[in-house]
Amino acid sequence: MTENITMDVEVMKVIVFQLGDKEYALPVEQVQGIEKMMHITRVPRTAHYVKGVINLRGVVTPIIDLRDRFNVQSSVANENTRIIIISEEDMEVGFIVDAANDVMDIPTDSIEPQPEVVGSLEEEYISGVANIGNRLLILLNLEKVLSILK
Amino acid sequence: MDTNQYLEVFIDESTEHLQSCNENLLALEQNPHDLSIVNEIFRNAHTLKGMSATMGYEDLADLTHKMENVLDAIRNEKISVTPEILDVVFESIDHLEAMIGDISAGGDGKRDVTETVGKLKRIENGEPVDAATAKAPAEEQVVSTDANTQLVYDDFEKTVIEQSHEQGFETYEITVTLRDDCLLKAARVYMVFEALEKAGDVIKSSPAVEQLEAEQFDTNFSVAFVTKGDISEVESALNKVSEVEHIAIKKLEATYLAVTEEVEEAEVVAAKVPAAISSEKAVEDKPKQSTAKTTHATSKTIRVNIERLDILMNLFEELVIDRGRLQSIAAELNHTELNESVERMSRVSSDLQNIILNMRMVPVETVFNRFPKMVRQLSRDLHKKIHLEIVGAETELDRTVIDEIGDPLVHLIRNSLDHGIESPEVRLAAGKPEEGRVELRAYHSGNHVFIEIEDDGAGINKERVLSKAIEKGIVTPENAEKLTDNQVNELILASGFSTAEVLSDISGRGVGLDVVKSTIESLGGNITIESEEGKGSLFSVQLPLTLSIISVMLVEVEQEVYAIPLSSIIETSIIRKADIMNAHNQKVIDFRGKVVPLVFLEEIFEVPRSEKVEDEFHSIVIVRKGDKMAGLVVDSFIGQQEIVLKSLGNYLTNVFSISGATILGNGQVALIIDCNALIK
Repeated sequence: MTENITMDVEVMKVIVFQLGDKEYALPVEQVQGIEKMMHITRVPRTAHYVKGVINLRGVVTPIIDLRDRFNVQSSVANENTRIIIISEEDMEVGFIVDAANDVMDIPTDSIEPQPEVVGSLEEEYISGVANIGNRLLILLNLEKVLSILK
Repeated sequence: MDTNQYLEVFIDESTEHLQSCNENLLALEQNPHDLSIVNEIFRNAHTLKGMSATMGYEDLADLTHKMENVLDAIRNEKISVTPEILDVVFESIDHLEAMIGDISAGGDGKRDVTETVGKLKRIENGEPVDAATAKAPAEEQVVSTDANTQLVYDDFEKTVIEQSHEQGFETYEITVTLRDDCLLKAARVYMVFEALEKAGDVIKSSPAVEQLEAEQFDTNFSVAFVTKGDISEVESALNKVSEVEHIAIKKLEATYLAVTEEVEEAEVVAAKVPAAISSEKAVEDKPKQSTAKTTHATSKTIRVNIERLDILMNLFEELVIDRGRLQSIAAELNHTELNESVERMSRVSSDLQNIILNMRMVPVETVFNRFPKMVRQLSRDLHKKIHLEIVGAETELDRTVIDEIGDPLVHLIRNSLDHGIESPEVRLAAGKPEEGRVELRAYHSGNHVFIEIEDDGAGINKERVLSKAIEKGIVTPENAEKLTDNQVNELILASGFSTAEVLSDISGRGVGLDVVKSTIESLGGNITIESEEGKGSLFSVQLPLTLSIISVMLVEVEQEVYAIPLSSIIETSIIRKADIMNAHNQKVIDFRGKVVPLVFLEEIFEVPRSEKVEDEFHSIVIVRKGDKMAGLVVDSFIGQQEIVLKSLGNYLTNVFSISGATILGNGQVALIIDCNALIK
């Protein structure tokens, strides 16, 4: 994650998605795909934010509800709800998000590593924020988001 | 010659030859006078030497050559077999195995084996193996230089030499010795070669040219040189090269070659024909193949990379999922022709499934064959006399199981050797034969493979096990009294248990038999122990035939579908609510005269209920773990199905009582229940 920020390139391609009223971003290299909502098989006795597993073209993939992960008010799935499949090291995990908005190039120098404006609860999952025009994009630290349960 | 494409074949075959050497050496130890075994080992070593020389692994070829000399002497009854000699031969094989290991790991197969080579040399010369150490270093020096510069010709080179002779060329062996203080050895080598190649051709050098160029030689090297010219001119030309100490020229007579040729040919004729390691060699051998007597009846086989089989298996798994889906669609539509074709497809695909699963089957031999040597070594280390008997090594198991089963078995055998079999004195005092016996058995039974390790050793001292278990807090004294003999025996598998008063480095390695137990259980198998004090013990490991496709019973709880492996199901049954009894807050039923605790999946898995169901009847699945049982209460049974086992991925590990997942005909994921975790 950090290497993307310190990398000596002008822009960084990210996938922007919506959770509640905030916009988050993940580097495009870490995103395997974006899926529509599908049947999730509940896995008993796991952390509350693990919604279960899906059949992703023959691969059983665990699904995390990011709203529950960040303790944000949970909403009911609608037609905008998406599952973003990410890969981190040897894991493939899906994130439930309210909407996947777009793909953006953000200049690396617009990323501020130390967030001051966001709520303290999720601070540890954040690797930086980017201010693009009037949009504030929160860059996620995947390792941290996935780590707690490990 | 580009040898890369042969590398895999080379590694496979070398491993086979070494394994065969190992087995035969062990057999030879039992029958030291059976020269046919020596012949067999000799053939293996000889083939190995030829192959490694062709592939350019000089060290490997060299050590094999030395070993071959010793074997040859044994074969010709110049020296007789003693355990010491076999120790050295085993040592050589260990080195060879390490070299092959290095090569297969991408290394160059080089290894310092001067000590072993020295020992072999001493044996060959009829000297005691552990000759006075004062003498040894000097001698080893000689041996190693000797080894480097001695020219050994393979079939191809011999042919070249013979043909040159026929055309009027002469062959010379030239040994060049450089001065000790020579600084630019590679340069001198280059000059020598240049001088030689003006007058003729160098057909072989020892060490090989690459090694010479890399200055990997002492001070002398030999070349085989073919020329029509006057050898004295060549000699003077060579003497002009500076820093050359000495030039020795030996004319190679055609008769010398003929003699060795005859010997070699005799060997080849008797040898098992090696598969084509190099086209060159294969062509060479062809005329001889017709007379070759194969020692094993050969069935036609091909080698297939295991990765391809895995891909085939994965593709087939996809097919099984779609087959399930087709079956459910056909059942819904109820169309006769569709039903028929789906049925036919299902039949064909189950045949296909059997074939694919069988293709991945590997005889347990691949795991067992390392044990004889291990037992031999351990019994020497422990000063015990132990005979290992292997039965059913041809029993086949899925490769996925084979890969996992090696370490637990090593552990169990070490345990039997260390704690089971007594020392010879104790055995004699107890009126048993001096030599202990360990039998390793494998056999198929139903959908399972059993691997058993039986020894006629001391058996398990139940009082000691019990007191130890109570002391360590594994069981309470009250519970201890109720345990059956087998349950007491199985306490030694509990974690935190180790009975050996003194931890030896053989089996007491900090990890106990509990690791064995958990590995076997994670494979879907189980382990039981029978033992009679003073008579011996029997460790029995039950394993599933395969881990990739299993038969399950699908059950439903509310909206959720779960799969229960058929292997742990005893039967299904429907009971009345009134039949449920209470015992200490635990609901139990009377099942065929046995009290069986009930496990409500709904509660265990915290299934969300939309509304409370009040039903007069309960559907239960009776499952077992060893001889313990439990009744899983479900809403309804769906039916039996073959499913493909999938893992939950690396993120969700250690989910309570879920051993994996599978994809159903409708594309949804169903979880597989791990019954072992549900039964305490």
